[in-house]
This record gives sequence, structure tokens and C-alpha cells, in this order.
Amino acid sequence: MNEASPIIRIDNVTKRFGQSVVAVSEVGLEIREGEFFALLGPSGCGKTTLLRMLAGFEIPTEGEIYIDGQPMTGVQPNRRPVNMVFQSYAVFPHMTVFDNVAYGMKVTGVAGPEMRERVEEALELVQLAGFGDRKPDQLSGGQRQRVALARALVKRPKVLLLDEPLSALDAKLREAMQMELVRLQHTVGITFVVVTHDQSEALSMADRIAVMDRGAVKQVAPPADLYEFPNSRFVADFIGRMNLFEGKVVNANPDRLTLAVDGIGTIEVPGPPGTAMDSVGVAVRPEKTRISGLHPGNGQIAIEGVVEAIAYQGNESHIVLDLGDGARIAATLQNSSRTTTPVAAIGDRLWASWAAADTLILSD
Amino acid sequence: MSTTSAGLESRRRTKAGIGPLDYSRRLWIRLVLIGTFLFLYAPIVTLIAFSFNDSRRNIVWRGFTMKYYEKALNNDGLIEAFVNSLTIAFVSTIVSVILGAMVAILLWRFRFPGQAPYEGTVMLPIVIPEICMGVAMLAFFARIGWPAGLPWPLNLGSIIIAHISFSFPFVAVVVRARLAGFNRELEEAARDLGASQWQTFRDVMIPYMRPGLVAGGLLAFTLSLDDFVITFFTSGPDTVTFPVKVYSMVRFSVTPEVNAASTVLIIVTVLLTAIALWLQNRTQPKDM
Ligand SMILES: Nc1ncnc2c1ncn2[C@@H]1O[C@H](COP(=O)(O)OP(=O)(O)OP(=O)(O)O)[C@@H](O)[C@H]1O
Ligand SMILES: [Mg+2]
Repeated sequence: MNEASPIIRIDNVTKRFGQSVVAVSEVGLEIREGEFFALLGPSGCGKTTLLRMLAGFEIPTEGEIYIDGQPMTGVQPNRRPVNMVFQSYAVFPHMTVFDNVAYGMKVTGVAGPEMRERVEEALELVQLAGFGDRKPDQLSGGQRQRVALARALVKRPKVLLLDEPLSALDAKLREAMQMELVRLQHTVGITFVVVTHDQSEALSMADRIAVMDRGAVKQVAPPADLYEFPNSRFVADFIGRMNLFEGKVVNANPDRLTLAVDGIGTIEVPGPPGTAMDSVGVAVRPEKTRISGLHPGNGQIAIEGVVEAIAYQGNESHIVLDLGDGARIAATLQNSSRTTTPVAAIGDRLWASWAAADTLILSD
Repeated sequence: MSTTSAGLESRRRTKAGIGPLDYSRRLWIRLVLIGTFLFLYAPIVTLIAFSFNDSRRNIVWRGFTMKYYEKALNNDGLIEAFVNSLTIAFVSTIVSVILGAMVAILLWRFRFPGQAPYEGTVMLPIVIPEICMGVAMLAFFARIGWPAGLPWPLNLGSIIIAHISFSFPFVAVVVRARLAGFNRELEEAARDLGASQWQTFRDVMIPYMRPGLVAGGLLAFTLSLDDFVITFFTSGPDTVTFPVKVYSMVRFSVTPEVNAASTVLIIVTVLLTAIALWLQNRTQPKDM
């Protein structure tokens, strides 16, 4: 898929509202054809604004957006080869389900049997066949969303834009719809761009994810790379759980770094060649951190601490060790058997350890 | 003694039987209801009843007759006034609805410098005393030298303009209130699906605004139909409207003819309102 041409190219786009609000700042992105792409970030980071610029509802203050190779400046929303599924679904309340789905063709002059056929096909695709005569107020929230999906897909867009498509659904339905969206995307082969603030949603659905923070894109990567190799403190902290420490590079060999880490001490890790930054973030995932009563031995980075809290969560337990000086480290233990005995009690002195290779060095 | 206690007994029983929300079963509520209906409808019922009174002076009941309906129908001046009133009401309602809707959309959609003062100014005719509006209109038409003696229906122009000027703000207020609940994403969805601005307006905005347009139109229509004060100042001798005509007839004596004409007017307005409401209910989906 790497060679596939970008269907969307966002070229150094900035969007300002008024003089002071910078909603999107110098974003450069390429979205490939047939890809399931997610825009992920905390509330207010500019995801919706970026998506609305793709749809044509906002105009970039600077930069240019290319869709299918065409610059989009001055192209009205109704002339863009993209369609959008709105957060509120925006199903037309005064039209039946059939008319809602047919609307996009009616206004562009597709009529007669071809239109009817395409509407039926689209309703079938979202499993709403036979609902054509209903009014939207006779549908559940999930069904209304399917109408919005069918209405956009029936236009056969080059790209489908979805703004928080699942946020209004309850947890069970949301999980079902995540799978449904992925299935749908495989079936129709259209590029999907999904906005979400739910990291697990993005991780489970997307081929690639762009993580945004305060208007800027921090990292673009496939889910596993994003999780295992975050490039900044922000991404490391935002995706999943992370034990994050501050440290200093004291000695940089070509392939080994010696670090002085607050709360841990001096450690030696395999470093990326050429890293010579002064202060860095040092991080390790809780599920890669082990807890033991004795020092785990060589090859591991180990520190001693006092058990401060234990949170039982059914499938796993989280143990937090107090390392002194306000530093803490969390470890996740799988409860992989019904008879797994608790390894610790609050107040115990234990060792937390992890493989040096699992240490993340974050410069940003 | 025994009757009193029995009465008390039954009172207590009914009292206990009335739930906290069973307002319709409480005596005082019923009295208020009856009082309201009496107050509102007794004059109208009397008016209608006395239109069938076989008496010129129309003070005491002298027997049933339809002859005053016949007389009213044959009264050319009255019929002309009636037709004038309906014409004015129709034209001014249509213009008011269009103008009012445009103002409402302007105020709702756009942010522009001087918006608040503009909104205040537009709504001013609602609060300005009618008599002042009337005098102002009279002065205005005299000042610009509005031509007199035009052929019908052009001679109604000044009255129509006056009526539009006081009824379109009502339409604007009603439609604006309706628009406040509009989901902008509906509009964007239509655009996104390929609709032009105009198609979006026609297919999404208008259906949404329809209840507001109907309600505003009804308001404008009834306001225009029964306006006396402003019309009185802007009408000439050959452009008499129904209220003005009735007023001039009543100055001599209240005959059953006036009652008959008024009854017809009541029936016409009630019918039109009923039709409009029925149309609205038939096409109005629930909001989401
Ligand atoms: N029309 C507007 N006028 C002024 N500021 C705006 C406008 N639209 C968005 N903003 C600002 O731009 C920033 C980004 O907004 P945006 O809606 O893109 O965030 P988001 O990432 O979608 O957040 P959420 O997850 O809460 O939906 C916010 O600070 C917001 O206040
Ligand atoms: Mg948003």
C-alpha cells in the first residue's frame, strides 16, 4: 500500500479564527487511497476543523488541500469528491429514509431506476433494507447513523469523512459499529477519514493514525508503531498508559546512551544513534514492567519501591510503586488464571523492572 | 344533622379521590374555566345570535330572520369593503412572510456591525402605538405625494404598504424563534451531498421554517384583516376596508346587518386558520 498515490494531500495548512485562535497550525499530511485514516487528539485540538476544511466548510487561512490531485481552494462543498457523516448525523427530519438517501442524487440529476437501484443497494449495505418508508423519528440512534452512512456512500465519494461517528452510541453498540465500519470500508474500498478522541477506537479501526495536539500533528503512524514507538511525550502519554520520567543524557556512545533519570538513577539503554539531546523523557509501558520480590538480575533496569495502590480490574491489576521523591511507577499484571494470587499488598517493598530495550527515549 | 354529616362524608371522599394533578376535577378550576369561556365567547355568541334578529334597532329579540344576511350581501359598499380587506390581507401577508423570513434569516445567519440596533429597529413597529404608526403613515404618504384615484386594486397600495410595515416584524420574530433551534449540520449535509445554496434553502431550510412561516402568516393575516387605526389614517374615500366600513355603519345605528357581516368575517377567518393549521400538522415531522 506504500506506493499508493495520496488521495488527499494537506500542504502546510493553517486555520485561524480571528486573530488569536489558531485551530490548525502548519499541518502537512498525506492520506493514501483506500486507507482507513484516523485523526486522533484531545478535545479542542482542531480535528473537526481539519475535517471541515477537507469537506469545504472551512477555508484554510494558509496552505492548500489537494484531493485526488486537484487543489481545493475555491471549490464549493457540493463540488468536492468527498462526503461527510456528521456528528449529529444530520438526517433530514422531514424526509423518509429513502428520500434521505436519494437526496444527493436528486440534486445532481440522477433519477429513475438507476437512482432507486443505488438507494436500495446503499440501504442493503448498511443493513437497513426495508426501512425506506420510515421517517427518521421512527429510528433508533444507531439506525439514524446508518442512514447518514448510506446517504454519503451512495454518492460514491473518493473519500468518506466521519466526525466522531460513534460518540453518540452506547458502549456495546459502539464496539459493534467499529467492526461494522471496518467491514464497510473493506467492502466499498473507499478511503475513510475518521475523527475521534477515543484512542482505543482509533487503534482498533485505523490503518494509520495522525495524533494532533493544539492544532499540530505530532505523529503519523500505524497503530502498533504509534503505541510502541511514540515520538514525543505527548503521544506517549496520550496513547495508552505510560510511566514517564525526566532525565538527562550524560554519555552518548554510537549505540548506547547513559542517562541520569529522576527518581531512578543512572541507567544504560540501547540508544538511537546520534542522540545527543540534553534533557529527555524516559518512558516504559506498565504492561512491560514486571514486579518481583527480589532483584531481577542483570540485563534489566530495576528499581525498588513501596506498593502504594493496587487496582483490580478483572482481566488485569494495576500496581503502583512509590519510588520516593514523588516518583511513581505503575505495572500491569494479567490475571491470566482464576487462581492467580495477589503478588503484593500495600506497603510491601518490591522491585519494578523492565528490559532495557523496552525503554523509550523521548526528545520532544 | 344527619344530612350535614353525610354531605361532609361525601365531600371528604371526593376530596380524597382527587389526585394532585386532577386539576379538571377541582371546583375552582372549573369556575375559572367557565368564567373564561363566558367572558371570551358570550359577546361573540350574542353577536352571531343577534345577526338573526328580526328587529331594526336590534336591542330586544323579535324573532328569527335571514333577511339581514341578504341585505348585507346586497350592500355593495359593504361587499366592496369586504373584498378590499381580503385583498389587502392576502397581499400584505404574502409580502410580510417573505420579508419577515428574510429578516429572520439575516439576523440568525450573519454577524454584522450594527446588528443589535438593526434588530431593535426592525422590531420597533411591534411596540410603537398604532395611533402613532397611523399618523406617521398619513404624513409619509402625504409627503411623498402618493397618487390618489388609481384604479382598483392599485388604490389599495398605501394601505397594503402600511399593513406590511406593521405585520412583517411579527413574522420575523416567529421565524427567528423557530430558526434558533435549527441544526446547522442539516444545511451542511445538504451542501455536502451536492445541493447548491438555493437547493439547500428550498429542500432543507424552508421545510424547517414552515411552522414559523405558517404561524407568522396567520398572525399577519389576522392583524391586517382587523386593523382599524392605521387603516383609518391611510384609507381614502374610495378605499374603505371592512373594519372602517363597519365603524361608519355603527356610527348611525347597530343594525343586524352589521352583525351579519361580522359573522361572515368570523367564519372566514376561523376557516382559514383551521385550514392553515391542518396543513401544518399534516406536513410537520417531529423535530430531532
Ligand atoms: N467557528 C469558530 N470560531 C472560533 N473558534 C473556533 C471555531 N471553530 C473552532 N474553533 C476553535 O478551534 C479549536 C479547535 O476546534 P475543533 O472543533 O476543531 O476541535 P476538536 O478537535 O474537534 O475538538 P472536539 O474533540 O471537542 O470536537 C478550538 O479551540 C475551538 O474553540
Ligand atoms: Mg470535534
